[in-house]
Amino acid sequence: MGKKLLLQHDHVPGIHTLQVYRDHGGYSALRKALSSMTPEQIVEEVKTSGLRGRGGAGFPTGMKWSFLAKPPGVPRYVVCNADESEPGTFKDRYLMERIPHLLIEGMILSSYALGANTSYIYIRGEYYYVANILEMAIAEAYAAGLLGKNILGSGFDCDLYVQIGAGAYICGEETALLESLEGKRGNPRIKPPFPAVAGLYGCPTVVNNVETIAAVVPIVNDGGAAYAAIGVGRSTGTKLISASGHINRPGVYEIELGVPVEEFIYSDEYCGGIRNGRRMKAVVAGGSSVPILPADLILKTSNGEPRLMTYESLADGGFASGTMLGSGGFIVMDEDTSIVKNLWNFTRFYHHESCGQCSPCREGTGWMEKILHKILDGHGTLSDVDLLWDIQAKIEGKTICPLGDAAAWPVASAIRHFRSEFEEYVKRGSSIRDVKHYFRLNNLPEPVA
Amino acid sequence: MPKVTIDGISIEVPEGTTILNAARMIGGEIVPPAMCYYSKLKTSGGYCRTCIVKVSKGSDKDPRPMPKPVASCRTVVMDGMEVENITSAEVLEARAGVVEFLLINHPLDCPVCDQAGECHLQDLAYEHGKEASRYEFKRREFEKTDIGDKVQLHMTRCILCYRCVKVADQLTDGRVHGVINRGDVAEISTYIQNAIDNDFSGNVIDVCPVGALTDKTFRFKSRVWYTKPVDAHRDCPHCTGKVRLWYKGDDVARVTARKDKYGEVEEWICNECRFDKKKTSDWVIEGPTHVDRHSVISANHYESIRALKASIERQKKSLPHGTKVGLGQGALDPNNPN
Repeated sequence: MGKKLLLQHDHVPGIHTLQVYRDHGGYSALRKALSSMTPEQIVEEVKTSGLRGRGGAGFPTGMKWSFLAKPPGVPRYVVCNADESEPGTFKDRYLMERIPHLLIEGMILSSYALGANTSYIYIRGEYYYVANILEMAIAEAYAAGLLGKNILGSGFDCDLYVQIGAGAYICGEETALLESLEGKRGNPRIKPPFPAVAGLYGCPTVVNNVETIAAVVPIVNDGGAAYAAIGVGRSTGTKLISASGHINRPGVYEIELGVPVEEFIYSDEYCGGIRNGRRMKAVVAGGSSVPILPADLILKTSNGEPRLMTYESLADGGFASGTMLGSGGFIVMDEDTSIVKNLWNFTRFYHHESCGQCSPCREGTGWMEKILHKILDGHGTLSDVDLLWDIQAKIEGKTICPLGDAAAWPVASAIRHFRSEFEEYVKRGSSIRDVKHYFRLNNLPEPVA
Repeated sequence: MPKVTIDGISIEVPEGTTILNAARMIGGEIVPPAMCYYSKLKTSGGYCRTCIVKVSKGSDKDPRPMPKPVASCRTVVMDGMEVENITSAEVLEARAGVVEFLLINHPLDCPVCDQAGECHLQDLAYEHGKEASRYEFKRREFEKTDIGDKVQLHMTRCILCYRCVKVADQLTDGRVHGVINRGDVAEISTYIQNAIDNDFSGNVIDVCPVGALTDKTFRFKSRVWYTKPVDAHRDCPHCTGKVRLWYKGDDVARVTARKDKYGEVEEWICNECRFDKKKTSDWVIEGPTHVDRHSVISANHYESIRALKASIERQKKSLPHGTKVGLGQGALDPNNPN
């Protein structure tokens, strides 16, 4: 069993209350920081730790923090991105639901480190009950003097608010999140300026994922060097992985970065292998946006080296034969899964969630969904597959925010690795529609009546 | 002053100039097309993606190329920046893709659209589009709605450039005009069909690059190429009163603001000038408008008519007597709809 930093006490009954959280060492990091560390020292520790953004992009958090502009007389904000909407990702929900005080402690620490006196947790509307849990925990923290004026007698003031979104995937994009937080339509802003210079209400703002902010707590507690000692290379520390799909033990796992993918999937400590003794067909390793990989490429890189659960190893080979760690939404598909149907499902999601601001994404996502629907309905032609490829290429990189890329990558990777399956759908037409267990890994049998 | 090179042509521009504006300073073919950017409106641009260019060198300080194509209307030039527009096949391909995206849900009802002839999307499609569409599904449709008693919104034609939203935001008081819904069903709307009751609301018609917002006093009155633009002014208590009158015969068919060669309004005009002053006696006529945007309007305009006549005379001379020549009489006479 690897080392756990965030979910160490997640099964302790009552850990969501302040008392139990404190009994298990909670708020010791805050006490340590406020009594013996300057804000700059915390930023330095985070830099040393090598912590990278856990929301999906994997940008070094310490670097992001050091970019924060500090003009005198202008307030700064720390915003926690709890708009966890990536299909296949549910780690933040688990963390907030089980140990809300871990996030709150992380928020106070981050606010102290960055000199913010007002901080926000922007949570998706569907997590209404989680927001209630957070509100209760925040009320407890206020009552105990951990939030509000003069926290623990240090002279540092911090107010923390929970803002519930209205249910839009796009509001997980940091600038759309800020727009939404300001009460506007959640359209991503055009960058530059980046939030570090002009974010919430035009003031310097840091937006971090729930898990990133929670990870500041063990970093302050044990020091950045201890955190950096875990993991492989530039992928340091632990990562929460939301494992789902056709596996025996779906759930949220905290892994030390660097666990081999094969071990993660087949070890009883984690996913416990593929359900019902079937074979694995494909894996989406980091939430629906990242490229899908067939079984052989997820277990081993194109060089034949075993793939590890790290940012670098999963990305090995670029998009030709690699993928991304992303947000850690690990979706495993067994041999009976239809890649085309699955892709249609993803594409339908992006079509539904596109904000409609810029043309390629607004028009392209709907077009791709319609073509996939046509192929699934048995009316597709071979040129439709090429058209899909062309459309995704014209969306990728041409849009304001990464939603366009997120919509394009699954399409590109599915066609790249499973083109024969698309062609099979086209050739056999609608006969495929009703045959549930039709495709077998690497060899496509005759249709069964 | 930062120096920027666009398609091999260098120019020094003031600090904070965008690539698009730098290209407009150079002028000519290298100016990227813009469907949503409007120099008179703050924070406009960046949405349509037709103006995307490739930055092959970021600046002298940081010569790395930018990883993705950028929207030239929202990207500020840096000293030593090198930009590829029409010299990059990749950019032209990407732009053709954007044009295709803009057109897949556009009804292409140009034959019955009031904007035809002065439509930016038409120009864009002619210059950058493909000859046929690969889209074979139902196009999206909306009901026509009235925005006040003078402006009609035909959302089906809209390309969501947000220009009218910015006009409503920046020119008129009390924000009642915005976008509802999202993705490909997003639509321009006034808040629960509120009329924009404001002296300057008519400007949304002028900024609309397509025929989504039209002047109800001019709808279906005439094709724009049968009307003759004339510059005129009046003493207006609300605006500068500098307008363009579009004559059909002796009648003023419509009044619009004066537009520059990029189709952008030079000075905003008020609703009184636009909708209520439709008599020649209301105006002081300055003279015929010089149209230098190339479009069907300029093609049959006064300045070219003499040349056209001469060319036809030449053709006639070289042919046997009585043979009909390529361009019919209709093209010479703007009042003749044949």
